[in-house]
Formats: sequence, C-alpha cells, structure tokens
Amino acid sequence: MHIFPFVVVVYILAAGLYGVVTSRHLVHQIVCLIVVQSSTYVLLLGIGYKTGAVAPYFYDIPVHTPAVDPVVQALALTDVVVEAAVTALLLAIAVQAQKRFGTLDPQELVQLKG
Amino acid sequence: MTPGQRRWIFLAGAAGLAAFYLWGLTGLPGFGNYPGPYGDIINRVAVAQTNATGVVSAVNFEYRGFDTLGEEFILFVAATGMAVVLRHLRNERQQDENDPTADWAIPPASDAVRLAALLFAGPVVVMGWFLASHAQTSPSGGFQGGVVLATAFILIYLSGEFLLFRRISPADITDAVEAVGAGGFAAIGISAVAMGLPYLKNFLPRGTVPGAVSSAGTIPLISFFVGVEVAAAFILIVGELVEQTLLVRRGER
Amino acid sequence: MGSTHLSAVVTPYTIPTPLMDVLQLTLLVLVAAGATAVVLIREPVRQVIMLSVYGVLLAVLFLAFQAPDVTLSELTVGAVALPVLLLLALAKVKRREK
Repeated sequence: MHIFPFVVVVYILAAGLYGVVTSRHLVHQIVCLIVVQSSTYVLLLGIGYKTGAVAPYFYDIPVHTPAVDPVVQALALTDVVVEAAVTALLLAIAVQAQKRFGTLDPQELVQLKG
Repeated sequence: MTPGQRRWIFLAGAAGLAAFYLWGLTGLPGFGNYPGPYGDIINRVAVAQTNATGVVSAVNFEYRGFDTLGEEFILFVAATGMAVVLRHLRNERQQDENDPTADWAIPPASDAVRLAALLFAGPVVVMGWFLASHAQTSPSGGFQGGVVLATAFILIYLSGEFLLFRRISPADITDAVEAVGAGGFAAIGISAVAMGLPYLKNFLPRGTVPGAVSSAGTIPLISFFVGVEVAAAFILIVGELVEQTLLVRRGER
Repeated sequence: MGSTHLSAVVTPYTIPTPLMDVLQLTLLVLVAAGATAVVLIREPVRQVIMLSVYGVLLAVLFLAFQAPDVTLSELTVGAVALPVLLLLALAKVKRREK
C-alpha cells in the first residue's frame, strides 16, 4: 500500500498516452487526454493523504484532529473544473477541423497541407 | 511510418518514461506518511485566523486567492476562445438548401425525460446556490456550485426545450454575467488595495462563530462571484456547441 | 489511545484503518480498469458513456481519500458536464458525415 497508488497513477498515464498515440478519431483522442489529466488528480490526492486522518473540515470535530493536506485538495479542485473548459476548447477546434478538412482522423490530418 | 511501427516505438518510449516516473515516485515518503509541514500548519491555524471551518475553501480563496484568480480567468478565456474558434468562417453558410436530414423523422422528446429534467431543474438551482454560498462552512465552494448551477440550465436543454434554453440564457446577458463574476473577484482584490492593504487581503469582518454563514470575511463573497462566473462560462460553452448543431425547423414548436 | 478503532483519530466518521486500506485498494484497481476500458473503446459514443462511469469511480476514490470537495467537483464535471459537451460535439460531427 506504500507505492500502489503511485503505480496506478503511472499506469493511467501510460494508458491514456497509448490511447492518444494510437487513436484514429479526434474525439477519441480528446477523451484519452481527459484520462491522462485524471491521473494527476489521483497523484495530488495521494501525496497529501495521511493514514487514519479525516477530511480537513472542522465544523463538528475538534480543531486539532489530524487531517489530510488541504492545499493539494484546493489545487485538485480547481484543476477539475478548468480541465472541462479546456476540453471544450479542444472540441471546438476538432469541430472546425472537420469542417475545414472533412476528416477527423489524426493520421490523415497530418498529411493535409494548409 | 506505419501505425504498427508507431505503436512499437511508443511502447518502448512509454516503458522508459514509466520506469523513470515510478523511480521518482518511489522516492516520495510513501502513501499515507505525509511529512510536510505546510498542510499541518494550515490545519492548525486556519480556523483561528479566518473563522472558516472549511479549510480547503479558506486555502482556495484566501491563502492562495491569487492562484484561484488565475484559474478563474482560464475558464473565462476558454469560453471566449470557443466563441472565436466557432465563428462563421468566410465561406460557410447556413446549410438550409441541401439539408441531408430533412426527411428524417425527429423522435419527440420522451415524456419521462421531459418530466424528470423539468422536475429537477428547480432543486438543482437551489442546490447550486447553496453550494456556492457556503464555501466557508462545509465541502462546497464557488467552483462546484457554479457547475451545478450550469447543470440546471443544461437540464432544460436536454428536456428538448431548446428555445426555452435560449430564452432564459440569451448570449449577451450570459456574457455580462460572466464578466461581472470575473471582474467582481478582481474588484474585491482592488478594493483591498484601495484601503492600503495588500491585494486580495481579507478586509471584511470575520464574524464571531467559526463556520457561520456570515463569517470569514471576503471568502463567501469571492466564492459567490466565482460560482456565478463558472456557471455563466459553462452555459456559454454549451450554448456555443449547441448552436453548431442547430437547425430550427419552421413549424416545430 | 488503545481504542477498538485502530485508527489515529476517533471521530463519529472514522472506520478502522485496515478496512480503509482495503477500500482504497479496491477502488484503485477499479479506477485502473476503468481507465483501460475508456482507452480501449474505439467508438466515440460508447466511450463517452464509459467516461461517465469512470468519472463516478474517480469521485468515489476521491471520497475514500478524504477529499469531499474534489468529489463534488469530479462528480459534476466528469459525469455530467464533460459527457454533455462531448455528445454535442459528436452530434455536430456526425451530421456532417452523413
């Protein structure tokens, strides 16, 4: 349990990258990019975890209870919402690419000029 | 280079990358043995200093408020970028004449979907508002509340009432609301400067009870503005994409 | 403090540490399987549905990592907003392909 979450993080990154590299459809590629980004959320939260600790919300528990790291949670939280907006921008570019070149296959798009 | 060759080269490179990445990650103190002082210090002093019991939101909007400003503007720019990318190109017209789908029968929106979506739209708005305004108390905050608010509008679109969706979120009003959200956050920071304090310093009264709705100074105010901005950005994004697939047939609704 | 809970802190919400370990292990394995499934499904519409399931799995994993805020975010974004955006883009693209 000491390194297993990090092994999973590396695996998800590698799987997502494999999907990006061997994809034949731009929207499939974008979804694989989402998977790659999700590996970083797991990494961030895995770093801040303390065994036996609780969530850092002290509304009904005493203030000195051991809690997990709140800073990485703040980072991951804004990350998730911003990723959605960036994905939307990528989708818009994909839609325009299909209008312009007529194809959504990244391996064919590479060979088209201008 | 054939796809097969590309696949093998990728697998070799990925194996090397994975090995190095794993080697680096195992140098960390192991899962569950968080050593660092930063998290412990913030957990200890946050409630006393800010009177907010939700420490994650206190970190987001006060201790690291400048970062959150930057992230919020990423959303803003993404929504603007979409409007720019999806503009009408020079040789593109509304394709009315040879519409290939003109003779497809449109299945009407199923009654179950309509009922469920319209039934949930109201409570989802209340939930989103609740989340966006209770950042300092419990696990909530501007970002989540904003997305949930936007989901209410998307539900109305999904129930088949596209024209209603357009009518309750016209593009110019949503633009203005998004600008108010983003500018409000920046303006709170500037009003701190106007009082002679550093930018984005918390200058409103902190209240007496930690975690009460009116405690923690500027945190609930900033969270409200962020919620409004995120909701408007998502509605704009969905609206842009929907207009791409739009084909309003005369005689329908 | 030798209580029967075997955890470092006793609040109304803690469960014994070995149980938490098993829960996190199971969820990590499920998340890895979910990521594999998302990448291996080639047809875009089916992949979007699998992405929605993957988002819910990730949200439960974040909950087991004691991060309820991130759970909320991931649930709303990954299971609702992202699939809606993707399906809208796919609808646009399919119409032109026909």
